[in-house]
Formats: sequence, structure tokens, C-alpha cells
Amino acid sequence: MDIVATLLDTLISAAFWTAVLRIATPYVLGTLGELICERAGVLNLGIEGIMTLGAMAGWMTVYQGGGLWAGVLAAAACGALFGLLHAALTVPLGLSQHVTGIGVTLLGTSLSSFVYRLVLPQASTPPTIVPFQPLPLPGALAQTPLTYSALALVGGIAYVLYRTPVGLAVRMVGENPAAAEAQGLNVTALRVGAVMAGSALMALAGSFLTLSAFNAFFFNMVNGRGWICIALVVFASWRPGKALVGALLFAVFDALQVRLQQASGGVLPYQVFLMMPYLLSILALVLVARRASYPHALMVPYRKGER
Amino acid sequence: MTAASASRSLSTKGKPEVVLRLTGITKRFGPLLANDAISLTLHAGEVLALLGENGAGKTTLMNILFGHYVAEQGTIEVFGRPLPPGSPHAALEAGIGMVHQHFTLADNLSVLDNVAVGTESLWRLRSDRRASRTRLLELAQRFGLDVRPDALVADLSVGERQRVEILKALYRDARILILDEPTAVLTPQEAAGLFETLGRLTADGLAIVFISHKMNEVFAASDTVAVLRAGKLVATHATNSTDRAKLAELMVGRTVTPPAPLPLLAGDPVLDLSRVTVVSGHGQPLLDAVDLTVCRHQVVGIAGVSGNGQTALAELVSGLSAPDSGRVTIKGVGVERADPKAMVHRGVARIPEDRHSAGLVGAMTVWENLIGERYRDRAFSRFGILRRSAARTYAREVIKDFDVRCPGPDARTQLLSGGNMQKLILGRTLAYRPDLILASQPTRGLDIGAVSYVHGRLLEARAAGAGVLLISEDLDEILALADRIAVIHQARLTPLLPNGHVSIGQLGLLMAGHWDILPEILDAA
Amino acid sequence: MRLEPRADSPLSLQLIAPLGAIAAALALCAVLVAWTGAPVLRAYGLLIEGALGSRFALTETLTRATPLILTGLAAAVAFRAKLWNIGAEGQLYMGALTAVILGGGMIDLPAGLLVPLVMLAAMAVGGATLLGPAVLKVRFGVDEVVTTLLLNFVVLLLVSMLLEGPLKDPMGMGWPQSAPVISAAELPKLIARTRLHAGLAIAVGLAILLWLIDTRTIWGYENRAVGANPRAAAFAGMPVTWIMLRTALLSGGLAGLAGAAEVCGLKGYLTLDLSPGFGYSGIVVAMLAQLHPLGVVGAAVFIAAIFVGADAMSRAMPIPNYIADVMVSTSLLCMLVAGLLVRYRLRRG
Repeated sequence: MDIVATLLDTLISAAFWTAVLRIATPYVLGTLGELICERAGVLNLGIEGIMTLGAMAGWMTVYQGGGLWAGVLAAAACGALFGLLHAALTVPLGLSQHVTGIGVTLLGTSLSSFVYRLVLPQASTPPTIVPFQPLPLPGALAQTPLTYSALALVGGIAYVLYRTPVGLAVRMVGENPAAAEAQGLNVTALRVGAVMAGSALMALAGSFLTLSAFNAFFFNMVNGRGWICIALVVFASWRPGKALVGALLFAVFDALQVRLQQASGGVLPYQVFLMMPYLLSILALVLVARRASYPHALMVPYRKGER
Repeated sequence: MTAASASRSLSTKGKPEVVLRLTGITKRFGPLLANDAISLTLHAGEVLALLGENGAGKTTLMNILFGHYVAEQGTIEVFGRPLPPGSPHAALEAGIGMVHQHFTLADNLSVLDNVAVGTESLWRLRSDRRASRTRLLELAQRFGLDVRPDALVADLSVGERQRVEILKALYRDARILILDEPTAVLTPQEAAGLFETLGRLTADGLAIVFISHKMNEVFAASDTVAVLRAGKLVATHATNSTDRAKLAELMVGRTVTPPAPLPLLAGDPVLDLSRVTVVSGHGQPLLDAVDLTVCRHQVVGIAGVSGNGQTALAELVSGLSAPDSGRVTIKGVGVERADPKAMVHRGVARIPEDRHSAGLVGAMTVWENLIGERYRDRAFSRFGILRRSAARTYAREVIKDFDVRCPGPDARTQLLSGGNMQKLILGRTLAYRPDLILASQPTRGLDIGAVSYVHGRLLEARAAGAGVLLISEDLDEILALADRIAVIHQARLTPLLPNGHVSIGQLGLLMAGHWDILPEILDAA
Repeated sequence: MRLEPRADSPLSLQLIAPLGAIAAALALCAVLVAWTGAPVLRAYGLLIEGALGSRFALTETLTRATPLILTGLAAAVAFRAKLWNIGAEGQLYMGALTAVILGGGMIDLPAGLLVPLVMLAAMAVGGATLLGPAVLKVRFGVDEVVTTLLLNFVVLLLVSMLLEGPLKDPMGMGWPQSAPVISAAELPKLIARTRLHAGLAIAVGLAILLWLIDTRTIWGYENRAVGANPRAAAFAGMPVTWIMLRTALLSGGLAGLAGAAEVCGLKGYLTLDLSPGFGYSGIVVAMLAQLHPLGVVGAAVFIAAIFVGADAMSRAMPIPNYIADVMVSTSLLCMLVAGLLVRYRLRRG
């Protein structure tokens, strides 16, 4: 009964919902980024590395004296650049999206570590910066500008995908690139552009970690968040609105497991609670896999004039 | 010329305007010369039929015109202006529209989305849906092409999809319309409807190129006919100044003799389906209480528009699926569960619908593919170890017996031509003297030499005592080979109708679902 | 420019491709080395010397190559069947866990029996770890890339939990590490007074065995067919689902064996930093080898040399040793392009 009472108390506390929105932000951004790539027909397993790179680049820019928004921009630019790398290999060259994505992740992660260590060879405790501060709003609304940007992007991206010509064109290349080409669209440019834009969002998700949620860069700080975003895209049936719902739901569980961990008073090892997010993602995949309607051309390379 | 286009051409300066001029188009694919210095002109209001066998280079030529491929040599002029090569966008801008043989539509999007995509400036802040819808409905009404703008393409019939494809071109103000094998997937009646539409379009001044390998369509719909053979343009004639025999000869390069009629034989049943129902994962019936019997010395042809249950029937007889209810027997023994291997060992030779994706493993060698169904036999393996030299020897025999043109048993199958792949599949199955042959679309995409080879082998097997179940969307093929014909429509199968006692028109009506004429046909037969 | 499939890819081209990719990767990474201010040629000289320059360096490289051969084989076997097992890291830790549990004194057997028992059990557990995602893929259509990746994190947390709980070494001075395996469970050394152990012989032996299975047996025949075209394999009557699951068991088993070999051959006990990403590097190894079992051995030695050499280099120069990870991931991307040029040729127009 105690647990139930604690749970109820938690669910009505403002601090809990503040935490939920904070936890959800990188998932919202990362999931939107992956969603854009996949809508254009490209699976981007580079997400984990691109998030790490975004976290490092954003932090490093601020640490070197740049402004916070300059850090955000730097992260997005690095993300777009790595998106270009992934897209260059998978779109015109049509290489395996799985293996290329893993390669991009390995490169993004190792390059982040390399650069960080090169600039700060001796740092034993990670140096800190002054991160974004929450807006002076009451209760759970006291979030940093990046969280509000993420929420605005959900609506913005949904609008672009469903209400504008370029959004329709992106969905078309993800469904049937041959049809898009027959309508005079440039499949390669659209796919490359979508992957770059999506990767920029992934890097933003990473930069939120170092510029908003924490104030320092750690190796492995992304810690599988990118992979969870990929699961969330499937869970969201490739729809931005559902992606927000999925990310929030996930954040609720994540925030709850932290509270439960504290409330359980060490009856169960803390690792059991830490496993929850990953197991939950797998469970979500199993639940939706049967009725998932993938973009038809997802992971199918398109080479013009091939026969 | 059709009456409409003739009247138009007289009303202008006497001779109609040249809208398209191809000069010296040459295109290679590796060693293959697909188009060899082809030159063509097209006038406003004209319907040009591009006639040729599979592999003659018709589709390649049109793909170059539309910018899917780039020619090595040659120029294209549209309305007197040179067309930049390799850009469908430029072709669309110049007023060229193309209806592809495999429709280029996205299933998950609506009709309106499919038509409107790419027609607005990409960077507009909002799509003008209302304007697009109005324009689409207006065009649909003007040319009598009935469509539902908000329907998902996935829910449309083949005929409806083709209408959407044509509207896509009209929506973009196409003045030249290319249709690639437009009737291949239609019933004879739907095809007639298409030709009526084409008449309305030429009356409006459009010029049309349609690709075909069927003689009767050329005479039904075209003003001019251009014949391609092995990449070369061999002749261009006004359609009314030539005849079938002449065109056939030009197309094939030799005189064609129609096959001799077959003696009727019949033996014991080898395949029997009784009230067989197969249901899809979504609960829709794929086969609905189907009855069918195939006897020895008999070819049974299954006619129908694609997507009416042919695949389910083929999978059932291949052993890939089992009936949800009803009974399947092979040589009197019931089939209990899905087991392709058991089917092979019961003497069923299976020729799959799609030889690339289901028939062969392209990345593996000829010998590896030839033992694909029987690698566990003692002839090809012992204690789990492959007997590679025995398999190669066997492969050499099959290559010789079935005239497979390939460098040897160790060649990769993906390098073989379509005809040789099909011979390989025939060799793999027919070498074992089957009792029942399942042939799904056995000649789709093959050139005329390979087609007659495949037909010959099937008839040979029939003479030797096999029953043949021939599933084909090509009515001509069914009429040429089958002793008995059944029509499949929406998962249901008509009773067997004796070939010769049913007309093409009647088959077309049955394919379109007008089964009310069945009693009349059965009475006559 | 256009890509045109080659009618035939000569063996010479297939051998040159990885070498070209490696050269390209080293050239690209030279930019990073130059950025650190270190003289590039001397830095690369130190790297090669540190990896291959002495008997000791060579044995270190081969020791490092041992788990990489096994995880490389794990990736190669799975990728050939188009089973995207990115979870070798987790399967490796499951194997290692099995080794410290069974080899920790729980079972008392002579070394001749205990070592094979531990190795086989580690393979079984590693295989079972991948069986879950494989079943989800076959049964529910769940993408195995994401599930295997997520399981890596779950396994690591499980190991952490056990190392801080029931498996914690009472003599470990508070560090989260397991008690060492008993000497009967240890793999013998290949060369005295080096760290090189019998795991290398096992790994190389398995590579040869897998190559023979691949080319000579109906198992290999079925695997290749299912990997290249599962639809055609099913049409021909091959048991595609079983072949997939069997491949998963083998792939996970090889990764599990890598973990057990590290514990029983090298470390003696289990910690959370047993593997510096062997599971992920195995993917690079497999791709460099173009999924060929024998090629895996060579590729693993190369990757190991980079890691061992980069450590030596970063001790002598102010170059962070993360350069090794950058080199390895760059090699992977370069290899993908090189592999493409083996299968296609570039044409104008």
C-alpha cells in the first residue's frame, strides 16, 4: 500500500512532471530526427554517434567561450555533416544502411572522445559550463528553451510533412522513389536533405544533454538513448505527434523508475530499475511490430537507371 | 489515322505539327546494344505503336525519352527544342508524360497526393489542396476518367490505377503521352475502354506512343506503327497500309507459322482441389471454395487479372501454404500441411511466378541452384557433406539437355539472361519426369525464342503424361496451350471450360466478374 | 557518374579492396594526427613498431586479436544470413559470466574436462542470448538491430548487478569484480612468459572449420542460400526459420566463446571493462574480411595491431589513444566503399 501511496503522491507532484519533460526532451528530438530520415526511406543507425558528437560539439563550443545558442548551432552543423556522410554512402552509393549506420556511430563516438581528450588531455573531473536555465514559469512549465524548442518542433515537423509540398515529396521518396522520380523529383537530393536535417535534430538531442540537462561532457553519456529513439519511431508509426506521446510515456516510466528505486529502499538492486527503459523499449517494439506500417521503401536503396 | 486526328490535321496547315523527333538514339547496357541509332518522329494527334518482342528495346527507348536513362548517342527534340538528357523533370516540363508498365504510384498515399506531388514549387509554405482537387476532378470529368481523389492507391483496382497514371500526366499538361504495355494487366473490355480514352486525348491534340507486343492492339488503336527488333528500328508504316503477317515477320525476323493443333488426350487426375479455401492473415479469402482437377496429358489454364488469387493458388500447389479448409490431393494422396520439399518428392515440378526472387538464388552458381530442391538426396550429399563433383556433372547434363547458355556449372546465375534462367528452372524440375507441373507466368518477360522453347517443353511433358497447371495473365498464351480453361476472379474459380468453346470476349467478361454468362457457355460446351 | 554491376569480380580485386580501404583510412586519420601537432610519419612508425616491432609486441597483438577473431566470426556468420546481430558485446559478457560462474570452483573437474565444459556452456549461453531477438524477428517481425543493441545495455547492467552482488570477490577490496576462475578452468599459454593463450588456436581452428562447413556441407549450402535469397530458399523447401535460429545460436555462441576465452585465457576474472568494445569491433573485422571466415583472421590481426600500436604511440606522443577507434571506424566506412567498387565499376553518364 505504501508503494501505491508513494506512486500517487509522485504523480501529482510538479517536480515529477518537471523531470518528465526534461527526460523526454532528448528522446523527442532524437525520435523526430530519426523519423525524418526513415520517412525519406533511410534508416539512420548513426543516431547514437551523432548524438554523442552533438553533445560534445555543443559543450566544447560553449567551453571555448561561445554562447549557448552558438553551441546549439555548432552541434546541429556537426550533425548535418555526419548526416551528409551517412547519406552520401547510403543514398547515391546504396550501401547497406545497417552497416554504414553502425560505422557512423562508431566514428561519431570515437571522434568525440578523441577531440575531447585532445583538447583536455589531463582533465580528471570533467570541467563544467553554465548551461541553459529554466524559464521563470511556475511548476512543470519551468523548462529550458531547448525543451520548448523540441515541443515546437513536433508541431512544425508534422506541419511540414503533411501540409507542404516538400513534406509530401519526402514521404513520396520514402514510399516509392521510382514514383517520385517519375514526377520529376530528385530522389537523391530529397533523401540526402532529409537525412541531413534529421541528423541535425539528433545532434540537437545530444547537445541538450550537455547544455541543458547536465553541464559537462562524459564519455558514454548518450548511453543507448539513440537506440531507444529508433524503437520509439516504430512505436510512433512514423508520426511526429505519436512520437511526442511515445517519448513522454517513456519519460514517465523512466522518471517513475527513479522514484521507485528511491522508494524501494534497496530491496532490489538499482540495476534492475536501470534495465527498465531498455526492456520497455523492446516490449514496445514487440507490441507494435505486427501492425507497424513501415515506409515501403525503407532500407531499399534507389539507384537511378539500374536494371 | 483515326477520324479525329485526321480532321484536326486538315484543319491546320495541312500537315500536322511535328511534336517529337528522336535522332540516332544509341544505348548500351554492358555488352548489350539495347538501342541502335533509332530515329523517330511523332505528330500532334497521332497514335504511334512501338511494336517489338520483349527485349527489342522498346521500353529502353521510352525510358531514354523520359529521362530515366541517358543515351550514349543521339538527340531528342520536343516541339522543336532540344530536350536535356537524363532528367524526368525536364521531360515533364517539356510536356512528356509516361504511364509506366509497373505503375509508379505510392500505395500508402492518396490519389490526390500521388497526382499532385512534385507539381508545386517545393518550398511553398503550404500545399494548395483545394486547387489541386478542383483541377484533378475537372480533368477526370473532361476525359471521362473516373477517380476518387481521397482513396488510398493501395485500395484501387488495376484499371483505376492506370486511370490515375494517365491523370498524373494530364495534370501536368502533357502533350505527348507514352504508355508502356498499357493493356498487359487489363481485361479485353478494360483495354477497349482505354483505347476510347486515347481517342478522346488525340482529339484534344495529344500525341501518343504506346508500347506493345500484341498485334491486335496495334490495329485497334494506332495510326502509325514502328517495329523494333534487337535494338534496331526495322520499319515504320502507316498502320492501315500494312497487315498482321507482314508486321509479325518484321518483328521476329522470319516467317511465323502458327503451332499445329494438339491431339486431345486425358488420363487420371494428378491434382484435385475440393472446396479449398485459403484465408489471408487479415481474414480476407485468398481462395474461396475452389474446385479444380488437373489430369495427366492435360494443360489447364487459369486466366485472370493479376491479384485475384493466382498467387495463393500457386503457393498452395507449390507447398508453401496449406488450405484453411477443403481438401488438396496429389495423385490421390491428401496434402496435410505446407511442405515444399514433400511436394517436390511427390512429383510436382514447380515453376514460380518470379524467377528472380523465388526461383533462383542469383548470387549462387548454376550447379548450386540446380540441386536446390534435392541437395539432401543421396546423389548430391552424404552425411551432410556435399558431393560437389557429382553435382557439377549433373549440372553439365542439364545445361546440355535444356540448352542453357552459360559459361559452365560454376557461373553465377544472376549473370544469365531471363530466358536462360527459366531454362535452368525447367531443367531443375523437368529432369525428374514430374507427374504435375505448376507453371506460374512461365514466359513473362521472355523473348520470343525462349517463349516457344518453354511452351515446347511444357507440351512435351504433357505428351509424356504430366498434367500441367498453367497460371498466366497472358490470354494468348492460355488460348495457345490449354486444353481446359478456368477463370479466377476475386478468389473464386469458374468450372473448367473446354478451350475452343469459349471466346476471348466471354473470357474477358468472366475475368471482369460477369459470371452470369457462365450457364450459357457451359450449355454451349 | 553511374555504377554498373561487374560481370565478375576477380579474386585479385577482392584481395586488394581491404588493403586499399585500410590505406585510405590511415591517410584520412593522418589529418587528425597532424592536427595534434605530432609528426605523422613518425607517429605511424611508432604505431607499427608498437604493434609488430618485437616478439612481445607481436604476441600482444595476437592476444588482442583472439577475441576479435571470434566476434568477427560471430558478425560474419550472422551478416551472411542477413541477421543483423549488433549484440556481440552483450553475448560476449554473457559468455564471460558463464565462465566465471562455472569456472569459479563450483565444479571440480580435471582441466581436460572443465575447460571444454566451460567453453561449450559459454557458447550455449551466448547463443541463447541472441536466440531471443532472433525469435522475435522470425515470429513477430521485430527488427533485430534495435533489440540486440538494447540487450547490450541490459546485459551490462546484469553483469554489474552480479558483480556488486552474489559474484563479488570478497578479496577484491571493494572493486566490482568476480572471484578468479580456478586453475583447472584456465586456458594454457601458447608461449611461456607472454600473454598469448590457447584461445588463439581455438579461434583460428574455428575459422577454418567454419570455412569448411560453409563450402563443403549442406549446412553451409543452406546458410548461403538463405542469406542470399530467403524467398528462393523457402520455395526450394529449405527450413528457413530453423536455419535462421541455428545461425543465431552459432553467432551468439561465437561471441560468448570470445568472452569465456578472455576470462579463462587472459584476465582470470570478470570486470565491467573486460571488453573495450570487442563486440562492435567484430563488425568492422567481419566487413574488412568481406564476411569470409578465413579473411576474419587477417582482419582481426590488423584491427588488433591498430589498437596495440596506438597504445604504444599515445604513450610516446601527445596523441589520445582514441585515435585507434577513429582509425577502426574509418576503415569500416572505407571498406564499405571499397566493397562497392569490387561489385560495381564506375561509368560516366
